[in-house]
Amino acid sequence: MPQWTLLGLLQGKQTAPWPLRQGDDGQRGFIGMPRYHPELCEEDCKACADACPTKAITMREGGKDRLDIDYGRCIVCQLCTEACPSGAMAASGDWAFGVRQRQDLVWREGGEAASAETVGQPGFRRSLHVRHVDAGSCNGCESELQALNNAFYNLHRLGIFFTASPRAADLLLVTGPVTYAMLEPLRATFEAMAEPRWVMAIGTCAVSGGIAEDGYASGHGLEGVLPVDVYLPGCPPNPAAIIEALLMFLNRTPQRVKGGRYGE
Amino acid sequence: MTALLRPEALKGAASELVEAGGRMQMAYAWYPEPDRLELRYVAGLPGETAFSQWRCRPEADVPSLAGIWPLLSWYEREITDLFGVQFAGHPQPRRLVLHEGAETEVPPFDPRYPPDQRLPARRKKQRVPDLAGAEADVQLLPFGPVRADVLESGEFLFFYVGEAILHFQPRLFFKHRGMERRFEGLGADQGVVLAERISGVGSVAHALAYCQAVETAAGSEVPVRARLLRVVLAEMERLYNHLHYFGYLCHTTTLKVGEAEGKLLEERAKQLNTRLTGSRFLRSLLIPGGLRRDLDPQGWLVSDLEALHEKFSAYARHMEATDSHLDRLMTTGKLDQRVAFDQGATGPVERGSGIDRDLRRDHPYAAYGALSPVVAVRGEGDAHARARVRMAEIEESIGLIRRAVERLSDGPVRADCDVKPDSEALGWSESPRGTLFYAVHFDSEAKLKRVKIKSPSFSNWRVFPFTVHDTNMMDYAINEASFGLTIAGCDR
Repeated sequence: MPQWTLLGLLQGKQTAPWPLRQGDDGQRGFIGMPRYHPELCEEDCKACADACPTKAITMREGGKDRLDIDYGRCIVCQLCTEACPSGAMAASGDWAFGVRQRQDLVWREGGEAASAETVGQPGFRRSLHVRHVDAGSCNGCESELQALNNAFYNLHRLGIFFTASPRAADLLLVTGPVTYAMLEPLRATFEAMAEPRWVMAIGTCAVSGGIAEDGYASGHGLEGVLPVDVYLPGCPPNPAAIIEALLMFLNRTPQRVKGGRYGE
Repeated sequence: MTALLRPEALKGAASELVEAGGRMQMAYAWYPEPDRLELRYVAGLPGETAFSQWRCRPEADVPSLAGIWPLLSWYEREITDLFGVQFAGHPQPRRLVLHEGAETEVPPFDPRYPPDQRLPARRKKQRVPDLAGAEADVQLLPFGPVRADVLESGEFLFFYVGEAILHFQPRLFFKHRGMERRFEGLGADQGVVLAERISGVGSVAHALAYCQAVETAAGSEVPVRARLLRVVLAEMERLYNHLHYFGYLCHTTTLKVGEAEGKLLEERAKQLNTRLTGSRFLRSLLIPGGLRRDLDPQGWLVSDLEALHEKFSAYARHMEATDSHLDRLMTTGKLDQRVAFDQGATGPVERGSGIDRDLRRDHPYAAYGALSPVVAVRGEGDAHARARVRMAEIEESIGLIRRAVERLSDGPVRADCDVKPDSEALGWSESPRGTLFYAVHFDSEAKLKRVKIKSPSFSNWRVFPFTVHDTNMMDYAINEASFGLTIAGCDR
């Protein structure tokens, strides 16, 4: 006779105390987006820009002050951190990259105050219902979205629910670069949502096209396809990053990244 | 071993392969020169660890081989869509990879295709059998491409009467990103970043098959430590995938605690991945020639896996003792061994139908030759058999990791890997879902010229409908879960 109830009870509480209280967020050892330390950067070196497969790092004419980093294009492949000879582009544990304005993902010299302080969406006082559309992802983002409902992250306790029907959804989560065949189903799903409605781009592909950008069948993410309210790059963003971005959307936690700088 | 065949000799060679007890693996096309197209057929012969290839220039009419090797049907349709080659006598001469409405002047892999031109996004209905006729007894239920919950995009058509499914037709390739063309012009090292992002939950298997193809082309010898660590990574990937599988399978049989337990164990496995590599998907480690950096699994990984193993054993015992769960799995989605072979089933799906085949043992790579993997096979061919195969594979994965870690000794993890111009090679790995092939061709500057990816889900999606026709609606979700399919790898 199987004792499922007992098996469940004997596990004890498996849900992480985070983000409601201090404690394990499950990301020990996670290597996130690279962090840039301009003071260590060498003149006339562009090793990181040459190594970057998605042109997230670009060098304008005239030396190190001309370095731009677009975290909205970063696929966390760590090639820049391995190519950098001076440690200026360093591996980091930075993952909470959800932002409201696209330009907050761009690091520029002197660009600390890139975004005006944006007060977010009308605050949801009660539950938030989200609908997901896969617009051509590699399934990495889906794997992490599915993880949100496991016992460890237990998204329900935060009052956030996945819903089957776009008509019942407040927020649309989109993954993937938007392939030619998914363009129309994606738009139709958005059109089916009742207003007011919001959109979150999950993963670097949905933010900018990522590694799959261009070509005969792929797109540039949601740019020019749907209005985006929250951008969350990552390849894929881990479940904790998705939770932080959702809570930020709800004005329940502050935005960490401003002008490409990661706030503690 | 490569043989050049004239189109009229293909059918004879295909029949000989059947008689020799061999197996067709895949077919693809490429352009050795901008004005010269070549077809490739990859086949395995019993007892041989290397694969043989046939080359064929489609000067005259190329016959379809789908009548001899039914699994080739999809490969031929793919080549027609992407390269414009027609196969004479094809039983289903319809679009597959590119949707109806995505017509262009020249096909996307033609060298004349403008690199920036995107396929038109207008949607047309696909051709469906004329079953839902005027009698109106037969209903048509279209489902997707946007489905309930967090699922990959794909459209599924059910022709049904009451509870009974008469005919089932999946329409995939909504997620086709044209990834194979994205490799073109890249250096060998850059290609691995793409390979890791073809199928997210198969990052290691894809990167491994790709790297091994490049290493064969370059004649590079990967250091022993890197080979053993590659086994650790590949088996860690199998582990979290199979744990996810059981969580989802329990979801479909509405075993709530079983679903929660499977998903929790998957999460624990992904957290071990992070601790070992910094990535929940074990990315950013493989590179042609070995590994990008060393790993340190000694002293903690095996003991942590043992703890996970204990929990899984209790979980598996519970599932195997729950009548309501077993009742839904046994006899559901039965796949006959003959159909499995003819239509090209792979991985736990074919092994659940009595076909004893595993690349890790039959065509060893990395350090598998020295670690003697034990291959689990069941004969029943139903959803339960597919689940039991995966249960045994979890046990074996943990054993393989233990044996690999025990053998680790200090040493380098990366060797030189200089690709020669105009070289080519085939690489493979046994992913959690079955056989995965990468065929890579380099140009005169040693840049990638053509990469063909054969993912296991491309094979198993071809097979899956054969287990759905003539079954019933209530079993569908369970059957689909028991196949453990992904769409991203299939669609590319």
